[in-house]
Amino acid sequence: MGAPLIGARVERKEDYRFLTGAGQYTDDVTLPRQTHAAFVRSPHGHAKIKSVNAAKAKAAPGVLAVYTGEDIAAAKLGGLPCGWLITDVNGQPMKEPPHPVLAQGKVRYVGDQVAVVIAETQDQAQDAAELVQVDYEVLPAVADGRLARAKGAPQLHEIAPDNTCYVWALGDKTAVDAAFAKAAHVTKLDFVNNRLIPNAIEPRAANGSYSRADDSYTLYVASQNPHVERLLMTAFVMGLPEHKVRVVAGDVGGGFGSKIYLYGEDVVVTWASKQLGRPVKWTAERSESYVSDAHGRDHHTVAELALDKDGKFLALRVKTTANVGAYLSTFASCIPTILYATLLAGQYTTPAIHCEVTAVFTNTAPVDAYRGAGRPEATYVVERLVETAAREMKMGPAEIRRKNFIRSFPYQTPVALLYDIGNYDATMDAAQKLADVAGYAARKQASAAKGKLRGMGYAAYIEACGIAPSAVAGSLGARAGLFEAGEVRVHPTGSVTVFTGSHSHGQGHETTFAQVVADRLGMPIENVDIVHGDTSKILFGMGTYGSRSIAVGGTAIVKALDKIIAKGKKIAAHLLEAAEGDIEYANGVFKVSGTDKQKLFGEVAFAAYVPHNYPHDKLEPGLNENAFYDPSNFTFPAGTYVCEVEIDPETGVTKVDRWTAVDDFGKIINPMIVEGQVHGGLAQGIGQALTEGAKYDSTGQLVTGSFMDYCIPRADDLPSFQVDTRETPCTHNPLGVKGCGEAGAIGAPAALINAITDALGVKDIPMPATPQTVWRALQQKKAA
Amino acid sequence: MHAFNYHRPSNVNDAAAQAAKSADARVLAGGQSLVQAMKLRLAAPTDIIDLGMLKELAGIKLDAKGVTIGAMTRHAEVADSAEVKKAIPALAALAGMIGDRQVRNMGTLGGALANSDPAADYPAAVLGLAATITTTKGTHPADKFFKGLYETALKPGEIITSVSFPIPKRAAYMKFKNPASRFAIVGVFVADTGNGVRVAVTGAGPCALRLAEMEKALTAKFAPESVANLKVKADGLNSDLHASAEYRAHLITVMAKRAVAAALK
Amino acid sequence: MAVRVSMKVNGSAVSAEVEARTLLVTFIRELLRLTGTHVGCDTAQCGACTVHMNGKAVKSCSMLAMQAEGADVLTIEGLAKADGTLHPMQAAFKEHHGLQCGFCTPGVVMNAVDFARRHPNAGEQEVREALEGNLCRCTGYHNIVKSILAGSKAMAAGK
Repeated sequence: MGAPLIGARVERKEDYRFLTGAGQYTDDVTLPRQTHAAFVRSPHGHAKIKSVNAAKAKAAPGVLAVYTGEDIAAAKLGGLPCGWLITDVNGQPMKEPPHPVLAQGKVRYVGDQVAVVIAETQDQAQDAAELVQVDYEVLPAVADGRLARAKGAPQLHEIAPDNTCYVWALGDKTAVDAAFAKAAHVTKLDFVNNRLIPNAIEPRAANGSYSRADDSYTLYVASQNPHVERLLMTAFVMGLPEHKVRVVAGDVGGGFGSKIYLYGEDVVVTWASKQLGRPVKWTAERSESYVSDAHGRDHHTVAELALDKDGKFLALRVKTTANVGAYLSTFASCIPTILYATLLAGQYTTPAIHCEVTAVFTNTAPVDAYRGAGRPEATYVVERLVETAAREMKMGPAEIRRKNFIRSFPYQTPVALLYDIGNYDATMDAAQKLADVAGYAARKQASAAKGKLRGMGYAAYIEACGIAPSAVAGSLGARAGLFEAGEVRVHPTGSVTVFTGSHSHGQGHETTFAQVVADRLGMPIENVDIVHGDTSKILFGMGTYGSRSIAVGGTAIVKALDKIIAKGKKIAAHLLEAAEGDIEYANGVFKVSGTDKQKLFGEVAFAAYVPHNYPHDKLEPGLNENAFYDPSNFTFPAGTYVCEVEIDPETGVTKVDRWTAVDDFGKIINPMIVEGQVHGGLAQGIGQALTEGAKYDSTGQLVTGSFMDYCIPRADDLPSFQVDTRETPCTHNPLGVKGCGEAGAIGAPAALINAITDALGVKDIPMPATPQTVWRALQQKKAA
Repeated sequence: MHAFNYHRPSNVNDAAAQAAKSADARVLAGGQSLVQAMKLRLAAPTDIIDLGMLKELAGIKLDAKGVTIGAMTRHAEVADSAEVKKAIPALAALAGMIGDRQVRNMGTLGGALANSDPAADYPAAVLGLAATITTTKGTHPADKFFKGLYETALKPGEIITSVSFPIPKRAAYMKFKNPASRFAIVGVFVADTGNGVRVAVTGAGPCALRLAEMEKALTAKFAPESVANLKVKADGLNSDLHASAEYRAHLITVMAKRAVAAALK
Repeated sequence: MAVRVSMKVNGSAVSAEVEARTLLVTFIRELLRLTGTHVGCDTAQCGACTVHMNGKAVKSCSMLAMQAEGADVLTIEGLAKADGTLHPMQAAFKEHHGLQCGFCTPGVVMNAVDFARRHPNAGEQEVREALEGNLCRCTGYHNIVKSILAGSKAMAAGK
């Protein structure tokens, strides 16, 4: 064996396939007798469907079928379920309006599916979709969450008066009010956390097929969690037994949350494949993705921080209106509550925190988890307040943070979480050094000499990852478990296939997990393959989101490996005629302690499958183990980001000049992959702060419905990043890992807006701080 | 995309004749705008007349009077052309700012002008340099070519064959890009022709337009400070999510100032 | 309207009867079943569909198959050597972790190869600008830029 694999920059096993065009994404799958679907979508934000006339479409060339909401109702297909029940401040369950897979009676957002046309070719399906005549009675719409509860606002759902899904709260209001009463200083901000559109570069796609031979379905789908997709679709929507449905999410081109959910299109193509006896494929056009993928964020928040005269935090008071869109998407309800309010302690000892969240329905696309999911919103609240308070109290941004850092662990926050470990000084120290904070003044001067404004901003974020202890999640309303499953199959000659319920859609699990397995078993990484994304191969899985894969999925694999080694020891003990307790395993060798008697891993595997000389009385043949792992706590990655911007005051253009990220992800398996995750997260966080923002007009039209108007960062919008890590291993999983997938998106927006407001000398600026927004802020400042 | 009849004429006159036959025929040059519009079903021509095989329409010629560029010359060819870089570096630079690398390998000068997108770059150069547009029916001076939003002096069935750019004493183009689409929010082309200064703006109005006041000031003195304080009226300028008319008006001044500075370098 | 289109793809002559409205990318993906060329948008911006036509990077979603009549088209499947050895640009992406989900990757690599051929000595800023026509949502471009710089060097060195 060479150097240890854990911690090594191993090149990715999946790359050869992707680099040669051999990836198999959902749209790449074309089945025999394939048909194609096109969805007819609402052009209105809010309207009654008076009638749907599909006669012309049905007669068009190549058309096989047109289905509408009526057909879905007749088939008794259920609506799309929400996986998390939030209980409101009065102990009442949240309002869960029906969410049919094709609209029935009413459309509630632009993009709502009204009908589906299935034809021999994609062009024919699209041609015919234009011929479906829908007679709408257009209704007034409300798109802005702040207006949803206003008197006279259009009402979306009968069962949700005032468009209110729930009013929910966390924390000790009395303690918070008392602390504010004696505060020496209060910093207050009122802002919008802008709505984002995920924009994985692979659009959503689904290809359903039905086999009459065994009355079973197969759905190829761009999903982050095929088992969850199957569970929701079979048990809650289609009323099918799970063993008759196979869901395959092969190569998936990015998710960022948007592919966690069960979408109506997935159900429709699966159901329709049985009606037609032919496979039905749908791939979103990008313009469809814009209107129909679940969006992210969209909070309006008023937040106040109470401080004593020395800058010590006394209390935090947060009031948020969360726009959940027209319907509840799969995990929509828990994002602005459980994944948001619980993070408001940040890295600080703030003793009292209260957060009230009102979730409202609007005539917009459903909102759900998008990279970070609640935690970027929480970090934005805390880190904008902290930096603003520092400026108001004439303290340094690092100084005020250090004054309030949590330094004793485990630490129970006033918002339900128990941080197991962290070292916030370490990441702050390292970030300040790497960012060359000492040289900032000279750089600011150099910028000024060019007529440019330079600013610096910090964000010290924390996130709760490794989602989640099922019992905790269940007590908070989760309707699913949040464990993960793994299976290790040792083949007779000693190579290994590992099946994981985690799903990789860019994260590199095929490499990272293989490193863990090869390291633990002491074998070359080439001998290990990781399989994911197919319910027919993998025993079960909860999928990948919330930076949970290595912490939960990786641990499940480790638990299965432990079982493999334990059984291997028993086999080896038999073969070596030694006591099981005397067998030790290291570097691919089972050895009798203190002797040179040994059996190679491959020999033990072979004995398990060719059990001629085998302890049949004590052991089953074979070497295949699985494990389910349910974490005992969340993990708590944290870090400090420092960014510097240079602004051209004439045009308002902000250049992100320097970016430093120092993260504590606990133990790191593959630093190269981790850095890549940080880079990508940062780009999305910078996108939120600088370029991205979904805009609906008052009628519910999406104004930013394509890459022409919604700006995701390009290469020349971003700097090269300086990233580094510090390490406090997680205390409650065997690998000591915490997760790294979302950090960048969580910490970046606050750091960047802190830098821009610093450069401009203004208290606040809305996101995204586009050139026009920055220019206007400067104009207003000049006028004031 | 809707279905259509496809034609591949063997010479430009046949192309023009074919184009004249149907009111809903469209001429396909590089296709970087037209194919997009057709994909999104925003355009549904009955007939497509593909000029792609007409080698006679591509190429760059330099003589004493100026640079003549064939209508089917790709943006990348103009951007990389040694002749253009030498004769009118601002024109080569502008061509290198259109779209992106891949788009520049397909998009053509003639297609861009015929389309007259309000945010396209080429119209600024054509107008700023007082170019002459030659078509199958004659010639158009730049000042009479751009008529409005996606509207030009071209008659149905009239196809651009080439554009002649006089060589200026000095010129420069400054583009403020829409961060999302990368089209021009404001693009200002400034040319000191040796016989007065021309200032043409794209992105700000329904089509490319000239700024008389700036031209006057720069003709008197070709220096950034001549325009630095000239405020442009916002009335009638484009306004959208990315830039209000006021912001555009402001950017025109800034870009003009910077273009002059660049031209003087 | 059906038309016949003929071209060379990855060195092999291909010819087929197609509807005139068939895009080059559809021709490549559906008719030739070369699914490495991807479609990520409908406004010619993501660049996932980038291929080479007569040695130049173009967006195959933004042109009709008929516009490639008689052309020499190279897709991602034709970039590595016949024995499977990666092109130096592909190898650089692997070495520098220039890809994550892999969906934008074929288009980025095809553009990068064309760019590197023409600008072997480009620096970071030029590489970033050359990527204007490619969107990646995973990498933040950091490692893509690194990969292209390294790949360019390797190409120039004739590796």
